[in-house]
Amino acid sequence: MGLHIVVCVKSTPASTNVAIDPATGQPKTTGVQSELNPYDEFAVEEAVRLKERSTGSTATAVTVGSDVCLREAIARGVDDAVLIAGAEFEGGDGFATSLALSAAIKKLHAEKPVHLVLFGKNTSDTGTGVVGAQTAAWLDWPSATAVMKIDAIDEISATVSRAMEDGTDQIKLTLPACVSTVKELNIPRLPSLKGKMAAKKATFPKWGATELGLPPAQVGVAGSATVVVKATTPAPRAAGVKIEGATAAEKARKLVDILIERKLI
Amino acid sequence: MANKGILIVAVSQRGALPPVTFELITAGRRLADALKEPLAAVVISEKASALAADVAARGVDKVFAAEHPSFVGFTEETFAKVAAAVAAKEVYGKILLASNVAGRALAARLSVLLKAGLATDVSEIRPDGKALRPYFSGNLISEVEFKTPVSVMTLGAMAFPRAELGSSKGEIIPFPFDPGISKSSFAAYAPETSNEIDLGAAEKIVSGGRGLGSPEGFKPIFELAHAMGAAVGASRAAVDSGWVPYKHQVGLTGRSVRPKLYIAVGISGQIQHLAGMSSSDTVVAINTDKDCPMMQMANIAVQGDYKELLPLITAEVKKRRGSASA
Repeated sequence: MGLHIVVCVKSTPASTNVAIDPATGQPKTTGVQSELNPYDEFAVEEAVRLKERSTGSTATAVTVGSDVCLREAIARGVDDAVLIAGAEFEGGDGFATSLALSAAIKKLHAEKPVHLVLFGKNTSDTGTGVVGAQTAAWLDWPSATAVMKIDAIDEISATVSRAMEDGTDQIKLTLPACVSTVKELNIPRLPSLKGKMAAKKATFPKWGATELGLPPAQVGVAGSATVVVKATTPAPRAAGVKIEGATAAEKARKLVDILIERKLI
Repeated sequence: MANKGILIVAVSQRGALPPVTFELITAGRRLADALKEPLAAVVISEKASALAADVAARGVDKVFAAEHPSFVGFTEETFAKVAAAVAAKEVYGKILLASNVAGRALAARLSVLLKAGLATDVSEIRPDGKALRPYFSGNLISEVEFKTPVSVMTLGAMAFPRAELGSSKGEIIPFPFDPGISKSSFAAYAPETSNEIDLGAAEKIVSGGRGLGSPEGFKPIFELAHAMGAAVGASRAAVDSGWVPYKHQVGLTGRSVRPKLYIAVGISGQIQHLAGMSSSDTVVAINTDKDCPMMQMANIAVQGDYKELLPLITAEVKKRRGSASA
């Protein structure tokens, strides 16, 4: 029977060094090459490992937006993919995006019961790190965040280790469940040549709001609960002081002088 | 139109409130005073009634104490249900949480349960309700507007000073809640074994990078950190090289920190790293390369070899601190 693992991924700009478009006041990302969000690599790798561990298992990648990340996930060993795309999804925040993901997961779940949905820590662009728990909330499924290890999993339940600020928690989840991960989870493999070939040729369903059964008012900008009204570059720091000295001992003394003077130590 | 009133959601960790709770109170109090709205808090804990008194004594008008033996460990669904029940009780407009693992997950669930907009890692809340938060790895700051009557925000650690115990005392209201059967449960906790200061709450951090050259390079880092009472951080390059464990990593894939003092040793200042520490109050860079980004952005730059400088700085700190306290 095996497990059905879904991994939610995103295509993000390959560089986060983006400029602001003076006309719109928003980041200029058109023409910037996109790639699989770096934090999603760990979630994809875990999906593939879980699939390999028990026979008859499948791993499906899902995204809202562009198919770049789906092909990258297939190259890394994921079996199937679903692309949620259409003009109606543009400008969606975490709230709207997680609703679209949850609708797609429900649809997949009806076709072949889903056991676990994996997410990366956060995305490198908007970086909210909350879409996993939001998706779980829409589905009314249990969830765990900052998961560093999947200790045990069968078709009924999973035990996961969660990296807290002061140690490690172990959480038991009744499946299906959503899990947001951290990079300690694994060391991702590089895509194989065979995988890259498969990714190039892969075809997958494209679902719009209609296929997901979502009214236009619930997706994209219209369905968002927040809007970024403006983007600015952080104020540059004031010019610093340089510690000069003939010897290392003199520099060390001068540094400690300043730190004490500024009440920093 | 936004609803009135501000609600802080405080979650205990191992029976105590993390210090960031008191930062939330400062942010909430400032906002409440500016908007002339009431400030409330809910404490979700197996010891809520005892902890609520500490919150009520720091300038919160009304504190709900949600206590249940099962609240000994954090689970997302149950805690979100408790917080949502309190939030719905008096229809609060702004809900504030910590940007730690629990606060973030809880905020995400609450935003869906309350159909509320969410902004994470907020550094500033404007009186008009807009929130400022970093994005694109901290290269940009976005101004977020909420389209919903309720807005949920998680606040970046150390973005606000910690509220002190005051003379006024808020009202404490027990909030009985039966979590019922849950699809997730807390099974066990393994504490951090090393006796080190947690990065996220540290006021001082000494951090090392690729420039240290080897795992032995971290020895003088730890020695200086111990002499100063600082936490130890590291760049991704140092962690990926296996010189120190991942828990020390500062930056985009690691922890976001905002200490009063950040000493970066042998860290060139890749954007990934800067994203996690550039809002530190004072940055000291120690590097052989005077032109690297970290030396350029630092408030205090010391050019030189760390192997020579660090032991001298540590000795100087010990000497001066020792004489100051004697």
